[in-house]
Amino acid sequence: MRYAARRLLHSLVLLIGVSLLSFLFANLAPGDYFSAMQTDPRISAETIAGLRARAGLDQPLPVRYAGWAESMLRGDFGYSLAYNSPVAPLVWERIRATLLLTGTATFVAWLLAIPLGIWSAAHYGGWRDHALNAALSLLLAVPDLVLAIVLLAGAVETGWLPVGGITSPGWDIMDAAARLRDILSHLALPAGVLVLGMLPVLTRHVRAGMLEALRSPFALNARAQGIPRRRLLFHHLLPAAANPLVSLFGFSLGTLLSASLLVEVVTGWPGLGPLFLDAIMGRDFALVLAVVMLSTALLAAGNLAADLLLYRLDPRIRVQ
Amino acid sequence: MMRDLRRFWPPLVLLAAFHAAVVLAGFLAPYDYAEQHRDFPYAPPSRIHLVHLRPYAESPDGKSYPIEFLVHGRLFGVRPPGVVFLLGTDGSGRDVFSRLLYGGRVSLLTGLAAALLSLVLGTALGTIAGFFGGWPDQLLMRGGELMMALPWFYLLLAVRAFLPLHISAVEAFALLIAIIGGIGWVRPARLVRGVVLAGRENGFVQAARGFGAGSPYLIRRHVLPLTFPVVLTQATVLIPQYILAEVTLSFLGLGVGEPVPSWGNMLAEARQYHTIVEHTWLLAPAIAIVPLLLGFLLLADALSGQQVST
Repeated sequence: MRYAARRLLHSLVLLIGVSLLSFLFANLAPGDYFSAMQTDPRISAETIAGLRARAGLDQPLPVRYAGWAESMLRGDFGYSLAYNSPVAPLVWERIRATLLLTGTATFVAWLLAIPLGIWSAAHYGGWRDHALNAALSLLLAVPDLVLAIVLLAGAVETGWLPVGGITSPGWDIMDAAARLRDILSHLALPAGVLVLGMLPVLTRHVRAGMLEALRSPFALNARAQGIPRRRLLFHHLLPAAANPLVSLFGFSLGTLLSASLLVEVVTGWPGLGPLFLDAIMGRDFALVLAVVMLSTALLAAGNLAADLLLYRLDPRIRVQ
Repeated sequence: MMRDLRRFWPPLVLLAAFHAAVVLAGFLAPYDYAEQHRDFPYAPPSRIHLVHLRPYAESPDGKSYPIEFLVHGRLFGVRPPGVVFLLGTDGSGRDVFSRLLYGGRVSLLTGLAAALLSLVLGTALGTIAGFFGGWPDQLLMRGGELMMALPWFYLLLAVRAFLPLHISAVEAFALLIAIIGGIGWVRPARLVRGVVLAGRENGFVQAARGFGAGSPYLIRRHVLPLTFPVVLTQATVLIPQYILAEVTLSFLGLGVGEPVPSWGNMLAEARQYHTIVEHTWLLAPAIAIVPLLLGFLLLADALSGQQVST
């Protein structure tokens, strides 16, 4: 319990540090939401100064930080000048879409990576291992951006998958089964890109962990005892190889909000990504800060979850 | 570590070819990157055919013109009014092949320069932290944790967000290098710190210290050389990552802007997906980046000596 409390405290301090740093940076940066108005001759300097004052931008920095932090803690996540509303309702809808996408992709990627990695390690040095490795290396060299564009072009060309958005027109009159099918067909393309992007990294880690376990003396002993291969691999070696995988899993939980930004933008998935990009283009700093803080918090939470899980699973860590 | 030198050759040759092509863009490209052929927007790749062993290029209007070699300081070209577009043209009638070569300059150079910046920063800070310890070490480690806590790409975008959007191509180029390189120093710094921390306990370092060597000399002569393998491996990891970062930022409209080509802003035209479906040759930069990244990947594998690929 003391371990958990310490780790939690650590994460909190980290989060506060990040918030200070990013807030400071956002506010020291040249230009704000009203800068674009200065080029418009119809808007006088006094008007802009008045708008700035109304938005509280003329206050000293510590006051603004306190106000912003309070709004963060209240759950408003700051006030977006571009949308003229608190940030929370803006991001909430988008977060659901993003989590649906990344959650599905992460789940599928792990579901594929574990058996693939084990299979590859079990055939270590053989042609199957080499073939899989070559394929994964090639896949690793294809960035998400390229994958998304090419698959998108393919989907448009063949018409097999719908492009852009999360639902088709006529969503309201569909029954439950048709709705599920509709969402899945929209999900297939962006989720497919993400899965292909994650797969090589995950599989390599699973393989490396399994190889290490396979070479350990206890694996040799278990084999000598006549434990069947399948049981040996899944029952004895997978738990032994699990430690780095748990950390990696925590990390992939942590990136649920941030991993899909680019893919969302390219494939037109209405998640956080396009919103974030628009906020950057419109210099809507409250929105940018909120998204950065949320994804940082999730990343910290993912790492924390991984550490706690490790602590529970592995007695060796508890002793230290 | 360097047992199998053969594994170094394929990636090195591949990467050398890419860099040579990009450096020699002025010679290899038949047109300037900004030269517009307004009559031929979205022209498909020119057909080349041989007549009596001489190559002819078919212009989009259907006439064929002989391809001439080594004229006007270019490797090849066609006398006007003929045109030759090896990879077609974009919406403004600019030769995609030429822009691919010139654009590679921006993308590759950003990767190299930003990686250099990261590595210099990382090595310097990591060495100081590891060698002297104390509060600089604490500051570096805590600060680094802060940077690592942020998702990398978000950090990149956020920093870019807080800086001016509308700037000239040269400024944008410098800004990109500064941002990408300035954000990425944490990982190399931590790795270098680890090596230095272990390295300063070596017998020969202690001995040199015993003979009265000062800290600057010790660092330069004995400790820094130890960090070389780590820095080299980090370079092979960082350069492709940074090239991709440049491509992505320019793709999103946050990097180098028109008319200067980069692989990213060339691909930006692909954001309208109907364009890409009808004019597949616009995907050229996307295709070009794959073997480049593969080259770096294989090099990194060969360096780390793992049996990752065949």
